[in-house]
Amino acid sequence: MSEPLVRIRGLKKAYGIHLVLQGIDLDVHSGEKLCLIGPSGSGKTTLLRCVNWLEEPTGGEILIDGAPIGTVAKGGRSHRMSDVELARMRAGIGMVFQRFNLFPHLTVLENVMLGPVRVLGAGRAEAEATARGLLAKVGLSEKVAAYPDRLSGGQQQRVAIARALAMKPKLMLFDEPTSALDPELVGEVLAVMRQLANEGMTMIIVTHEMRFAETVADKVVFMADGLIVEEGPPARIFRDPQVERTRAFLSAVEHRV
Amino acid sequence: MSFAKLWSIIHEPLFWAAIASLKIALSALLIGLVLGLAIALARMNPNRHLSRAAVAYIEFLRGIPALILLFLIYFGLAAVGIRFSSLQAAIIGLGLNASAYLAEVYRAGLEAVPKGQTEAARAIGMRRGQVLRWIVLPQALAISLPPIGNVAISLIKDTSVASLIAAPDLMLRANDLSSQTFKPLEIYLVVGAIYFVICFPLSLVVRALEKRGERKT
Ligand SMILES: Nc1ncnc2c1ncn2[C@@H]1O[C@H](COP(=O)(O)OP(=O)(O)OP(=O)(O)O)[C@@H](O)[C@H]1O
Ligand SMILES: [Mg+2]
Repeated sequence: MSEPLVRIRGLKKAYGIHLVLQGIDLDVHSGEKLCLIGPSGSGKTTLLRCVNWLEEPTGGEILIDGAPIGTVAKGGRSHRMSDVELARMRAGIGMVFQRFNLFPHLTVLENVMLGPVRVLGAGRAEAEATARGLLAKVGLSEKVAAYPDRLSGGQQQRVAIARALAMKPKLMLFDEPTSALDPELVGEVLAVMRQLANEGMTMIIVTHEMRFAETVADKVVFMADGLIVEEGPPARIFRDPQVERTRAFLSAVEHRV
Repeated sequence: MSFAKLWSIIHEPLFWAAIASLKIALSALLIGLVLGLAIALARMNPNRHLSRAAVAYIEFLRGIPALILLFLIYFGLAAVGIRFSSLQAAIIGLGLNASAYLAEVYRAGLEAVPKGQTEAARAIGMRRGQVLRWIVLPQALAISLPPIGNVAISLIKDTSVASLIAAPDLMLRANDLSSQTFKPLEIYLVVGAIYFVICFPLSLVVRALEKRGERKT
């Protein structure tokens, strides 16, 4: 198989003495959709945030397209990346947050245009055309001039997805994108993500939506206590889990639904 | 002398003096706004020396009366050969004084912008400076606007101390007029009314801004 788009090796993260990630190894190939599941506090969010260095790992290595993120080797030693280099790498990695984090002082259109204009140096006309196209794609053409506080949670999250896509990322990270939403709004966001998956986007998705994971994921990774307990194709993880811990988690989730 | 007579003598000089006071206040406010932002950013900088220096600056300036600061700048610096006109000294002194308060106002505003905003901006590849310029500052300034208004109001009233280093402000002119006309009570009442007429509408604006802010959150 070709070089993975994301290669994670021996990833550790500690908060004080609390080891939240205890050595994660994971590969994500281009076009792959990976769903991360696991109990609360197992380190899913932390893992995702390490991938774009919103969180600085305590140990291990993350390669994006073969290049280490966060550190650079200079003269045989590894140094922390400069702000500029780190920003450049992050520009190619989209992230969608649980709580949307739209910019409240900007309109929907401006939210989506900001990255292309300020980070990629795109012209305003070009950026606006792209932004309008993306907003149409997520079904929000009528909301371009609205401010985020006028939108429902589902609409806000779709804008957040469009904002990330405007950077033309090669990888998208989703951290429980629907868990802050009212149940009736979950579907519209999942539909957008499903469409994105069909277009071949590489996606790492932390989710509690097991049905979504089962139908969209190429690979499901079950985490507990900062370790990967089990990983494999969704059919196997959901229907024939090999590890007791996975079975216990899945049956607890089943019963909740 | 009737009040009408007195009024005919004093209204024009007091009007121009009020304008002069407003100019002092506005100049000092501009200094305070720019310097205060720099101090607030230094105060929040991860570099410990920088943030300690900023804290020392803020505490020093908040700890001494504006009048003493004006004296230090006007008389103290003159003693070591740095001479300012009384007007310059008043503007600089009041500006420095305001910068300490405004630094804290900005800091509160900057800290009130949720961390998720910075993270979302970093995630689309913005550099630190860009995050500040396009995401954090605009929101922090909107939050800071009402308290900035309050500082501006204090500043307008504080210009009255400028008269004590003989800077040409409303108070100095009032002092002159009262010794010329021997009508101090009437004159200071009028001057008080002038300060009120300037400050009260501002205070209403601040209230409206505060209300708007509350509705948003
Ligand atoms: N900034 C932080 N400081 C200290 N501890 C933290 C911090 N962020 C996360 N943790 C801890 O790290 C552990 C893993 O957290 P993380 O958010 O990655 O879990 P998660 O799997 O995403 O859980 P959830 O399903 O509830 O979102 C938790 O025990 C959490 O309390
Ligand atoms: Mg989480």
